[in-house]
Amino acid sequence: MDYGHSDLDSDRRIPLALKILIAGGFGAGKSTLVGAVSEIRPLHTEEVLTHAGLHTDDLIGVEGKRTTTVAMDFGRITINEDLQVYLFGTPGQDRFWFLWDELAYGALGAVVLADTRRLADSFPSVDYFERHGIPFVVAVNCFDGARRYTSDAVRQALDLDHDVPVVLCDVRQRQSGKLVLIALVEHVAGYHGHPVPA
Amino acid sequence: MRGDASGRQHDWLDDDAGPVVRPYTVTGGRVRPVTGGFDLMAFVLAAPGAASSPDAAHLQPEHRAILAMAAEPVSVAELAAGLNQVIGVVRVLLGDLLAAGLIAMHEPSTAAHFPEDDVLQAVVNGLRAL
Repeated sequence: MDYGHSDLDSDRRIPLALKILIAGGFGAGKSTLVGAVSEIRPLHTEEVLTHAGLHTDDLIGVEGKRTTTVAMDFGRITINEDLQVYLFGTPGQDRFWFLWDELAYGALGAVVLADTRRLADSFPSVDYFERHGIPFVVAVNCFDGARRYTSDAVRQALDLDHDVPVVLCDVRQRQSGKLVLIALVEHVAGYHGHPVPA
Repeated sequence: MRGDASGRQHDWLDDDAGPVVRPYTVTGGRVRPVTGGFDLMAFVLAAPGAASSPDAAHLQPEHRAILAMAAEPVSVAELAAGLNQVIGVVRVLLGDLLAAGLIAMHEPSTAAHFPEDDVLQAVVNGLRAL
């Protein structure tokens, strides 16, 4: 093994980790997509929110206040020993926007999963990434029995900019999930003006 | 119906019931780390010999569990999942360890630093090869 690029303060290599967000409405298949492409069993973590929240340093005395637990699922893909991709499913409820802000910080890009039966559920995600200048693709999850729409119809319904890729997928299929992520990374490269050669 | 008092206790508790112990009990109610930012994607690496150093004498089991997991570089998100602690609690514990010099933190490059072209190319190639 080559440890030539090791950090000065250790002989362990710290991988470069890229973050991709998986967003979309409740039941659109976020966790399924993370699970289909992650090399590890999707991990689950939580954050506890209290209404005392950001303006206090101490929870003593606030025991009676209502707390909310927000779950986050994430997975990992190791590209090579120096490069990892983390996939974070975003919390579904709109009232957790501030958690989105933390998740979105430094994100490479995002996948917005759309369920054509409830297309409006993906509006908030599309709106969020547009406002924050985060490149994203829309992945239309083709559920069994759901009516199939063309990607153009979805683009029109979501009022997407012409350069936002819309891909049809089946998030249960690893291969299909991979193609969604590839479409995103290629879009990200083009978004920043450096298209990835085919 | 449960008629047998000697049966398994707490079988009415599942993951949906939420934590039985309030998460921030571990930190003595502290919700902010004494130092550090601790991005979800930051990597933690235990200092060599951290667990047996004199500075580690006062550590809680939760601190030691972090040192054990961080023998190899591990992300804050994975630490939280592996330790089954909420992110905020892990951040407070990491702050203690960082202040004691028992861990090194490697924060991710900031949003302003976009990965270079060859990195994106490597990601695409890596995904295709999966």
